[in-house]
Amino acid sequence: MTWNTFIFGNLSWSVFPTNAIAVGGGVFMVVAFVVVLALITYFKWWKSLWNNWLTSVDHKRIGIMYLIVATVMLVRGGADALLLRTQQATSVGASNGILSSNHFQQIFSAHGSIMIFFVAMGFMFGLINLVLPLQIGSRDVAFPFLNNTSFWLFAAGAVLINFSLIVGDFSAAGWLSYPPLSELAYSPTTGVDYWIWSLQIGGIGSLLSGINFLVTIVKKRCQGMTPMKMPMFVWTVLGSMSLVVFAFPILTATLALLWLDRTLGMHFFTAGGGGNMMMYVNLIWAWGHPEVYILVLPAFGIFSEVVAVFSGKKLAGYASMVGSVIAIVCLSWFVWLHHFFTMGAGADVNTFFGIMTAVIAIPTGVKIFNWIFTMYRGRIRFLTPMLWFMGFAVLFTIGGVAGVVLAEPAADYQLHNSLFLVAHFHTMIVSGVLFGYFAGFTYWFPKIFGFTLNERWGRRAFWAWLVGFILAFVPLYILGFMGATRRLDHYSASLGWQPLFIVAGIGTLIIALGFIFQLVQVVVSIRNRKAARDYSGDPWDGRTLEWSIPSPAPVYNFAVLPVVEARDAFWNTKQEGKSRETNFKDIRMPENSALGILIALFVFFFGFGAVWHMWWLASLGLLGSIVTVIARTFAEPEEYVISATEVALTESSLRDPSAAIAL
Amino acid sequence: MKRSSIYRYIALGGLVVLVGIGTAFYLRGANIPVLEPAGPIAFQERSVIFITLLLCAIVVIPVFVLLFWFAWKYRASSPEAHVQHRPDWDHANIAFEFAWWLVPTAIIAVLSVVMWQSAHALDPYKPIPGNDSLTIEVVALDWKWLFIYPAQGIASLNLLELPQNVPVTFKITADAPMNSFWIPQLGGQIMAMPGMVTQLNLLASKLGTYNGFSANISGEGFAGMTFKVNAVSANDFDAWVQSTQSSSTPLSLAAYTALAEPSEYNSPAQYAPVDGDLYADIVMKYMMPASTTASMPEMNSMQMTMP
Repeated sequence: MTWNTFIFGNLSWSVFPTNAIAVGGGVFMVVAFVVVLALITYFKWWKSLWNNWLTSVDHKRIGIMYLIVATVMLVRGGADALLLRTQQATSVGASNGILSSNHFQQIFSAHGSIMIFFVAMGFMFGLINLVLPLQIGSRDVAFPFLNNTSFWLFAAGAVLINFSLIVGDFSAAGWLSYPPLSELAYSPTTGVDYWIWSLQIGGIGSLLSGINFLVTIVKKRCQGMTPMKMPMFVWTVLGSMSLVVFAFPILTATLALLWLDRTLGMHFFTAGGGGNMMMYVNLIWAWGHPEVYILVLPAFGIFSEVVAVFSGKKLAGYASMVGSVIAIVCLSWFVWLHHFFTMGAGADVNTFFGIMTAVIAIPTGVKIFNWIFTMYRGRIRFLTPMLWFMGFAVLFTIGGVAGVVLAEPAADYQLHNSLFLVAHFHTMIVSGVLFGYFAGFTYWFPKIFGFTLNERWGRRAFWAWLVGFILAFVPLYILGFMGATRRLDHYSASLGWQPLFIVAGIGTLIIALGFIFQLVQVVVSIRNRKAARDYSGDPWDGRTLEWSIPSPAPVYNFAVLPVVEARDAFWNTKQEGKSRETNFKDIRMPENSALGILIALFVFFFGFGAVWHMWWLASLGLLGSIVTVIARTFAEPEEYVISATEVALTESSLRDPSAAIAL
Repeated sequence: MKRSSIYRYIALGGLVVLVGIGTAFYLRGANIPVLEPAGPIAFQERSVIFITLLLCAIVVIPVFVLLFWFAWKYRASSPEAHVQHRPDWDHANIAFEFAWWLVPTAIIAVLSVVMWQSAHALDPYKPIPGNDSLTIEVVALDWKWLFIYPAQGIASLNLLELPQNVPVTFKITADAPMNSFWIPQLGGQIMAMPGMVTQLNLLASKLGTYNGFSANISGEGFAGMTFKVNAVSANDFDAWVQSTQSSSTPLSLAAYTALAEPSEYNSPAQYAPVDGDLYADIVMKYMMPASTTASMPEMNSMQMTMP
C-alpha cells in the first residue's frame, strides 16, 4: 500500500464528476452552502445559532431543525424528480434526452432514498418533536440529549448522501439496491457505499429517536393520562415508534451485510460463492414494509386531530381507531413478501401474503369511516389543514384500491415493477404521508411560532399540489397498463407512451409550483406575523393539551404540569370553564450540549472514510464517536433553573397583546 | 355560498370533463397490453384485476358519497350545521363500530377467496394443459435476452417465436443482475436470477406480434432490453425453426461467453446449433465454489444435470 492509497483510499482526481448536470448540481449546492455561511457570518449569528439552536436539547427547536433539513432535502429530491420526468418525456426514439442512462439511474436511486429517509422521515420526526411532548403534558422528551444526537446523526446522513454530488457518484442500483446489481461485481464505484453509509447513519439516528419517543410516551405522560385518554396522534406515534424500534435494526444489519460483501469480499448476497440475493430482498422488505406504516401512522394521527378540531367534534370511534392502529402495527409484519410475488414462491405462500395485505385494508378502511363520521353533524371549517385531509381522503382511497389490486398475486404478475406500482406507492406516500405532514405543519405552526400561516397561499399550495399530483400520477397508472416498466431512461416511439409522460412532466412542474407557494406562504406569514399573532394560544378551538399553553410554546412547555381527567383534556377544561392554574414554581430544565454535534461529526468522518476506504479516517471517526459517547456518560447532566417569577412573566406576556413581544 | 365560488366549481368540473374526454380519445387508439390479452393467462389475470376493482368499488363509492355529502352538508357556512351540530356525539356505540369493521371485513373475506383461487389457478409454475408443449430456456444477460429452444437445438436473441395455442414452459435464469421477464399480452412476469431457475407457463392464443419487457433494473443498458414476441401458426413456427437450424451461427460455450459480455440495444439474432449443455452450465456456473472466477470449459467436462 502506497502512502497515497493509505491517505486518500480510493479518492483521486478522476472521481469528481464531469457531467454538466451533475457538476451544476454540485456547484449549486456548494454555492448555496457558502452563501448561507456568509450570511450567518455577516449578521453575526454564529454565537446565537450555536447556543440556541445547534446545541439545543429543546424538542421544539430540534423539531424545527428537522423540518429545515427535510425541506432542503425536499428541494434536492424534487429537483431529481424534475430531471427524471424531463428525461422520460424527451428520451424517446432517436432522442436520448438530457441524461446518460447511468446518470438517470443514479438520480432515481437518489430520489427514492432521499425522499424516504431524509424528507419523509425528517418531516415525521420534526412534527413528532414539535408536538408530542406538548400533547402528553410533558416538559421534554425522555432523553433530551439523545434527541439532539439523533437529529445530528440524521443531518450527518443527509450531508453524506449529498456529498456524492461533489465527490464520486451515487448508487445506480435503485433506492433499495438489490444485489447482485449492488454488489462490487456490477457496481464497482463508491456509489453504493455512499448509499449504504448515508442510510446507515441516518437510520441509526432514526432508531435512537424511535427509542426516545417510545420511552417518552410510556414514561412522560402527565398525571391522569391513561392510555385510553391519549390523543390519537400520540397513539399513532406510539405505533410508529414501536415499529421503528423493531424494523430499523433489520435495515442496519442488512446494510452491514451488503457492505461486508462489497468491502471484505464476503458472499451473503452475491450471485456466486453461496450467496443468496433473495435473502437480501426478504430482509430489506422486512424493514421496508413496516417503514411504510412508520411514515403513514403519524399522518393518520394528524388527520384524526385535524378532522376532530375543524369539525368541532369529538373523534368518532376512538376505541376503533386505537384498535386499528394496533392492528396495523401487528399486520405490517406479515406482508413484506407482497413486494416480490414475482420471485417464484409457491401459490400458497403468495396467497398468504396477499390475504394479509388485503386484511390491512380493513383497519385502514375503518379509519376512513371514523374520520367521515367525525364530520357527520359537525360544523366543518374548511381551512387549509382540512383541505389537505379532503385531498388525502380521495387520493389515498384510490391509491388503496390500487394497493388491493397489487395485493392479488395473480394481478401483481401483470403490474409488478410497472409504472402502475410507481403511481400506487407515490399516491400512498404523497397523499398519505406528505399531505398529512403538511396538514400537521399548518395546524401546529402557530403553537410553535406564535402566529398562524397565511390561508390564501396555503389554499393555492393545496390546489397546486392536488392538481399537479393528479396530472403527474394518473398517466403513470395508465402507463402501467400499457406495459411501461419503471426506471426506463429510454423507450421506443412506437409504444405511444410519450404523450402520457409529457402530461406527467407537466404535473410534476405544477407540484413544484405548489412547493414554491408553500415557501411564499411561509415568507408572507412571517411578514404579516404581527397581524396573525396568536395571543389566545388556541387559534383553532383545539381539544388537546398543546392548545392550553401560550403560543409560541415557552421553553418549559407547561408552567404548571397538567392533570388530565378526560380524553379531549383541554376541550373538557374549556367546557367546564376552569380557570388557568397560576401556582407557579421554579422549573428545572436540561442544559444544552455540544457533544451531540461532535458525535455526529465523528460519525460523519467514519462514514466518509468507510465510503472511500480511508481507513485511518474511518477508525478515527469511529473511535472519536465512541469516546465522546463514553465521556458523556461520565458528565453530570447539567440543569438550569427558571424562577417562578420568570415563568409568571413569560406566561402573561405571551398572552398579552400590549406586551408586544418580538417574535 | 358566494356566486364566484359556484363559477369556480363549474370551471373545475368542466376541466375534469375535458381531461376525461381527451384521455378517452387518446386511449382509444393506444395499445394497452395488460388490457388486451392474447392468451388465456393474460385474460384471466385481467379478469382478476377487474373483479378486484369491482369489489373495492362497493366500499369506495359509499366512502366518496358520504365524504362529499357530509363535507357539503355540515360545512360551517351552512345553516344546517349550526342546527344539527352535536359536538359530543362520538358514536361510541357498539353497533355502529361493529358495522364499520364488518363491511370491509366482509369484502376482504370475499376477496380472499378470489385471491386464493386465482393465485392457485394462475400459479406461473403450473403447466397449461394441452396436447403439445414447448420448453424455452430464458437467460437474462447484460443487456439482452437469450432464448434457447432445447428440443429444436436453436436459440434466439431478443426475439421469441411461439406457435399458436401451444403451452409454453419458460425456464428462466440470468447470467447478469436480477431481472424480470414480462410479456404483458400473454401474461404476468417472473423474475430471472443468476444461479436459479424460475418458471413461467404461458400460451398465445391469438396470432400477432407482442412486446416483451424487462421489469427489474439490471444496470446501464436495461432500458434497451426489450424483445419482440411473434405468435405464429404451427406451420410458420416449424418453418422458422428450420430456417434457424440452417443458420450458420453456432452457439458454443465460447460464442456464448462472448455474447454474454455487456452490450446494449442488440438487434434480434438466431443461432444454431446450440451446445446441449449450455443452459445447465449457465445456471451451474454460480453454484461452484469461487464460481465467479471459474472458467466454464472446465465445468463443462463435469456431468451436470439440470437443476
